[in-house]
Amino acid sequence: MQRSKELIEQGHIWTFPGGIHPPERKYAAAAPIRELTLPDRFILPLRQHIGEPADILVKPGDTVLKGQALTNSKQHGQLPVHAPSSGVVSSIGPARVAHPSGLADTCIIIEPDGDDRWGERQAYADYRNHDHATLLNHIQQSGIAGLGGAGFPTAQKLALQKPLDYLILNGVECEPYICADDRLMREYAAEIISGAEILMYLADIPKTLVAVEDNKPEAIKVLTEALQDHATITLRVVPTRYPSGGEKQLIQLLTGREVPSRGLPIDIGLVMQNVATAFAVKRAIIDGEPLLQRVVTATGEALQQPGNYWVRLGTPVAHLLNQAGFQAEAQQRVIMGGPMMGFALPDLTVPVVKITNCILAPSSRELPDAEPEMPCIRCGACADACPASLLPQQLYWHAKAKEFDQLEQQNLFDCIECGACAFVCPSAIPLVHYYRRAKAEIRNIAREKAQAEVARERFEARQQRLEREQEERLERHRKAAEARKQSQAEAAKTTGKDPQDAVKAALARAKARRAKQQAQSSSDDDS
Amino acid sequence: MSLLTAVIALGLLALIFGLVLGFAAVKFRVESDPIVDQIDAILPQTQCGQCGYPGCRPYAEAIANGDDINKCPPGGEATIRELADLMGVEAKPLDAAHGEESTKKVAVIREDECIGCTKCIQACPVDAILGAAKHMHTVIAHECTGCDLCVEPCPVDCIDMVPVTVKPETWQWDLEQIPVRMVESSN
Amino acid sequence: MTFRIAPAPHTKPARTTGQVMRLVCYALIPGALAHYFMFGPGIIIQLLLATITAVATEFLFTQARRRTSHNTLADYSAVVTAVLLALSIPSLAPWWIIVIGTVFSIGIVKHLYGGIGQNIFNPAMAGYVVLLVSFPLQMTSWPLPAELSNFSVSFYDATQLIFSGYTTDGYNVQQLKAGVDGISMATPLDTLKTGLSQQLTTPEITNNPIFSGIAGVGWQLLNAAFLVGGLALIATRVISWHIPLGLVLGLAVPALIGSAIAPDQSIGLFMHLFSGATMLGAFFIATDPVSAATSNRGRLYFGLLIGFLVYVIRTWGGYPDGIAFAVLLANMCVPIIDKYSQPTVYGHKGSSS
Repeated sequence: MQRSKELIEQGHIWTFPGGIHPPERKYAAAAPIRELTLPDRFILPLRQHIGEPADILVKPGDTVLKGQALTNSKQHGQLPVHAPSSGVVSSIGPARVAHPSGLADTCIIIEPDGDDRWGERQAYADYRNHDHATLLNHIQQSGIAGLGGAGFPTAQKLALQKPLDYLILNGVECEPYICADDRLMREYAAEIISGAEILMYLADIPKTLVAVEDNKPEAIKVLTEALQDHATITLRVVPTRYPSGGEKQLIQLLTGREVPSRGLPIDIGLVMQNVATAFAVKRAIIDGEPLLQRVVTATGEALQQPGNYWVRLGTPVAHLLNQAGFQAEAQQRVIMGGPMMGFALPDLTVPVVKITNCILAPSSRELPDAEPEMPCIRCGACADACPASLLPQQLYWHAKAKEFDQLEQQNLFDCIECGACAFVCPSAIPLVHYYRRAKAEIRNIAREKAQAEVARERFEARQQRLEREQEERLERHRKAAEARKQSQAEAAKTTGKDPQDAVKAALARAKARRAKQQAQSSSDDDS
Repeated sequence: MSLLTAVIALGLLALIFGLVLGFAAVKFRVESDPIVDQIDAILPQTQCGQCGYPGCRPYAEAIANGDDINKCPPGGEATIRELADLMGVEAKPLDAAHGEESTKKVAVIREDECIGCTKCIQACPVDAILGAAKHMHTVIAHECTGCDLCVEPCPVDCIDMVPVTVKPETWQWDLEQIPVRMVESSN
Repeated sequence: MTFRIAPAPHTKPARTTGQVMRLVCYALIPGALAHYFMFGPGIIIQLLLATITAVATEFLFTQARRRTSHNTLADYSAVVTAVLLALSIPSLAPWWIIVIGTVFSIGIVKHLYGGIGQNIFNPAMAGYVVLLVSFPLQMTSWPLPAELSNFSVSFYDATQLIFSGYTTDGYNVQQLKAGVDGISMATPLDTLKTGLSQQLTTPEITNNPIFSGIAGVGWQLLNAAFLVGGLALIATRVISWHIPLGLVLGLAVPALIGSAIAPDQSIGLFMHLFSGATMLGAFFIATDPVSAATSNRGRLYFGLLIGFLVYVIRTWGGYPDGIAFAVLLANMCVPIIDKYSQPTVYGHKGSSS
């Protein structure tokens, strides 16, 4: 451990198995980040992070100011969203969200009034004079989630109280086409570094490693200059190889450590944040700006001005693409995210959200259609490419046969879905798609099993309750009968007569009456 | 004589192997759930009674006693396969006499029509309906097994069985089923 | 305009199965040329026959199985099998030998097991073994290398021999096998095997002119040519180095030990490596991905096993060469090799699973 820490300090770069070298095509990085005009409307999904949607604070017709919280995170796992500009809440309801399924989820629709008026802002420029809880709460209330792609709420990541060795700032951006972080590092290096300092202060982390892939010489130059007199923050340049920007792979590259399966980086004394997240933290703490916008790479040969844009959250993809000079083909693909892990959009009403780092509109020349799927020939190219040392073709066979036990045994859930296996597959098998389906199905089965378990418990509880009630009823009847008997017995005791005598007397009376009637009728006949 | 030797030798061998087997059976016995529990764990616990038994556990007991394994429509194909594996019998198609496999549903009470008769509450096998006499009832959606048993007793027919909608987090990656919108080329 | 939905990654394969298989065919060209110069033009006819039969069989079986025949024909896998089989059999064997072998390889070994990707045995080698045990005479009648032969077999002669069994001058294959001194000669490995079983010593046997050079006339050149093609395949990353290296090591180490212990009763190292089908087997046959082990470590074990089995068969077995049997035996061991050679998955270091 000591030895490995020395190596980390010396700037040793480890390696990870597998990986691929797809064409980089980061041509959108040439131009500086541009501003975007306000769209006609913003579509703000309540859930833009990993966790539960927060409670809605506004209703249709409300006027909102820029930066005003639209939802309120009270419970753990919730994260608020904010109005990206001043305007009116026009409606709240289901709309298609940025999700591979293309399904609708609850969204708040805001029509901007064009004034872009800020609401109240709270800043903590002297953050070292405030306690951690206040600052973490402020980061939480600013709606900051990991902007690298996963969208885990940042404050929750920092609040886990564990001793940490390093903060790793991820500026690797290994996926082709995407260069949003690259541009951000070039233009806002100082702010990213202040963000890192805040993060280090908040989680008591002694040191930070900033990781950048060696295909970004400009960003490396800017960061090297900016970090000249920082003793605790150092730059690490990693070789270009997809997926070096994956959390687990980057940790392996920089520290030689492995995140345990189903564990977190925090278990091995590390925490990782994207550079854009560090920037957002700086803006929230120092400038009092909640997370309202992010840098998005709009690129692809179907765009006339590919480049990076400051895009406010909730902006429909169509608005961004139109401003970038979108010239659609007849059979256009528009991908949210990069070519390796992104998903195709069913239409362009989908809004840009916190985890959207790229909108890719490729021509069919640069990213041709996938070839038809052919049978697997077990060539093993996928296993050579897998950064997690899985055996993708075994997983594929099991996924196809729906052998879920086997899949879990083969560690399907350690797959990071990077797409390296599918990229190298000579038979054009969409391997990751098979894994995602299998994972969803396994989760579904687990959910159903859990539900069945609950149902069984409730059913059994109900059976017991019914039995108990039945017994109680019988008991009650028995008691009532006993009580009656007893009261009669007591009555007999007090009056000195057997209550049964009364019955006998009544019966005797009735008998006498009947006899009398009979006698009478017979005498009538006689007369 | 040689005949006798062979008989004795084989007899001894049989005895020794028998002892070994018997010893192994005792020594390496696999502790397992009683078969009824194992069957019950496979059944979907909707408690709908479509199999003809009053709940999943009674049906599990019936299967253990040799009843057919294809009488559970909510479990469908998957449950039959698992049961066939467990019982070591051939998987057969679902018995249509007990109903057909359909998408998972959940009961919903049209609350303004509810007269508060409590009949559905008594019918619900998992106590997933809340309410009191002469007061409106409601279904606890995430406890509802979609068994259908509350629909029949309702005197005003105000209970609907609604298919469970797919949400992004329960989506199964059916890319082929995403509706794609046609857009004018000017856009 | 419409939008298209496709699963990630949104890329095209860098190299399709068809391209991989074509590269394998190209890498076999040096070997085929060497074959041509050593054993005459028969190989051309055999290659043609094998390819035509393979494509026809593939087409018929995919039709019968109601699979899209276009796809499986376009991936060239049937052609590779056919070419490997044609290169493995004696070049002047009668036409029905290669036809039966190819039909068996493609139809029985590949398609009856579920088509490409599903066969547990190497199709070419299974076909070869069926031929070897069914038609031992035809399958061991290798013509003499050109340098030693009295006859130079023309293309016309080869055609005649393959289709009718006799040249126009009335010679048959057995007669053509006769050397300069009129004594019939077998392959170097065969000669060694026979000699050793007659209690001759290795130096005595290798006095024979077929043993000039390091591993026998002709055969050494043929193996060198396959080695060149195989190295090209590794360089272009069509195959990984694990199986060839494993096979060569698995054969070389016992061979070295054997010749150190009993130099007079064993086949030398170079003889092992550069005679028979060693190089063809190491780079082209054992590397058939479908029937080989899946992980790189597993492939190394797979190669070592084949190499060792080849040594065992050549030294103690009934056949002079053992590549085909060794490959098939190793194919059977693939599931267990796979089970015990799984790489440690990320995040599982130190844990038992």
